[in-house]
Amino acid sequence: MSTGSERRPGADDPAADAVALTFREERAAVLATLIRHVGDFQLAEDAVQDAFASAVAAWRRDGVPANPGAWITVAARRRAIDRLRRDRSLADRAERVAELVRLEAQEEAAMSDESAIVDDRLRLIFTCCHPALDLPARVALTLRALGGLTTAEIARAFLVSEPAMGKRIVRAKRKIADAHIPYRVPEDEELLDRLRGVLRVVYLIFNEGYSASEGDRLVRGGLCSEAIRLGLLLRDLMPDDAEVWGLLALMLLHDARRAARIDGEGRYVALDEQDRASWDRGRIAEGLRALERAVRLRRPGEYQLQAAITALHIQAADAEATDWAQIAELYGALAQLNPSPVVELNRAAAVGFAAGPEAGLELLTPLLGEPALARYQPLHAAHAELLRRAGDLPGAERAYERAIALSANTVERAELESRLHGLRRRG
Amino acid sequence: MPNYLLMLYAPEVEPAEQAEREAEMPLWLELNESLQEAGLLVATGRLRPVETATTVRVRDGETELTDGPFAVTKEVLGGYYVLECRDLDEALEQAARIPLARYRGGSVEVRPIVDMSELDALRAAAAERA
Repeated sequence: MSTGSERRPGADDPAADAVALTFREERAAVLATLIRHVGDFQLAEDAVQDAFASAVAAWRRDGVPANPGAWITVAARRRAIDRLRRDRSLADRAERVAELVRLEAQEEAAMSDESAIVDDRLRLIFTCCHPALDLPARVALTLRALGGLTTAEIARAFLVSEPAMGKRIVRAKRKIADAHIPYRVPEDEELLDRLRGVLRVVYLIFNEGYSASEGDRLVRGGLCSEAIRLGLLLRDLMPDDAEVWGLLALMLLHDARRAARIDGEGRYVALDEQDRASWDRGRIAEGLRALERAVRLRRPGEYQLQAAITALHIQAADAEATDWAQIAELYGALAQLNPSPVVELNRAAAVGFAAGPEAGLELLTPLLGEPALARYQPLHAAHAELLRRAGDLPGAERAYERAIALSANTVERAELESRLHGLRRRG
Repeated sequence: MPNYLLMLYAPEVEPAEQAEREAEMPLWLELNESLQEAGLLVATGRLRPVETATTVRVRDGETELTDGPFAVTKEVLGGYYVLECRDLDEALEQAARIPLARYRGGSVEVRPIVDMSELDALRAAAAERA
């Protein structure tokens, strides 16, 4: 975080600790409410930043307030008024200052209104994920506004320079203001569609942390944790949506195996070779409970199906005991709901385990001609695996070579190379 | 309420396809009427073909004229709407109703127009600084 606080290592500083905690827990809610009050994303963000910066000194001097979030909200609103008064280029400046002063007078009432705060955070999510913003901007803005990551942290996570990421965020905020992207929860007929867009952004953040398509660090845990936090927030705000629960379940079930996916030397460990004892049982239980809640709402969707597939993997005692037939069936259902070559590939791999490598190859071979998958490393890795099991060792070798050439992730590449060497030793 | 300029772009098409589009004229009139009734319509117009365009540039005090649009592209600006909307969502919703948006290669670009009072405030601020 960047509240301007200075922390001496090891020093006992309850005020700084309280500011850090409040920043993590309440910044998004305070920001969301202030955006509604001032009607300007950038102004609200600057004012909230000012308030956190001033909190350290104030709380050291006067002690930590009973309700730190309320203190920050009031301080941020005052900062916003100061900033508005100074800004002479705004046409409706006087009006907006008056409105804020009025709000300040009734701050007690506003603070106790829980439902208004909940609505504000939903408004903020839907605004950050508005389809008029391009996808990378939605992701960055959501992480910045709701996740509380700094621009530098987001830039590092997405392998973009800090100035470039800063520009992306500023541009998005300017478009929100200039194009009048509304600050509201979409109406009923749009809501489902727009919620799908929000879930997509959250899942993209999770995946970026989980599979890290580039670079040396296979797991960027920070992004996974942020995505799960967003998933939990959505669950609290929209508990009647099955896919909200489904996505949360999916993320928790993947995240439970995060530590087992890389070994002590930083090498990728395939699912069937993972140490199942190192999976996080608490997370798994939490994920399964979320999946159950989703299923009970009786509105099937793609995240629920993916979570159910992941649950079957996890619930098997070992790789051999996995219920591949049911997994293949779930992929079939997923393909009907959301046809995509990647889903077909996974179905082929599952069928390969359930009914033998030849049956898997029968489904996979047509995908080799699919232009969308031509440069998709997992297709060639799965192809190699099926050919090896079917006894076609030269074919398997060629497929591994193709997969290795396409791998952008050094950890994954090392794993593919060791499989290829194993094949050559045996052959 | 903010104003939005909706720019209607589409490739120029063969006469047969053009005739099909002309047959849709009642849809356009209906749209314009309903925009008018909803109090959203500020202005609208259909442009003559791009060959009729003249582009003006002033360089070193000299006026230069070019016969044609400022950029030659496959899609040409064929018409426009100026709508007064509550917010971007409303403008996008109206843009999606325009028949051209579903034409092959057709698209509607939605751009917010700077509010006059904002310009006045900027001018006042500049005067104060000076």
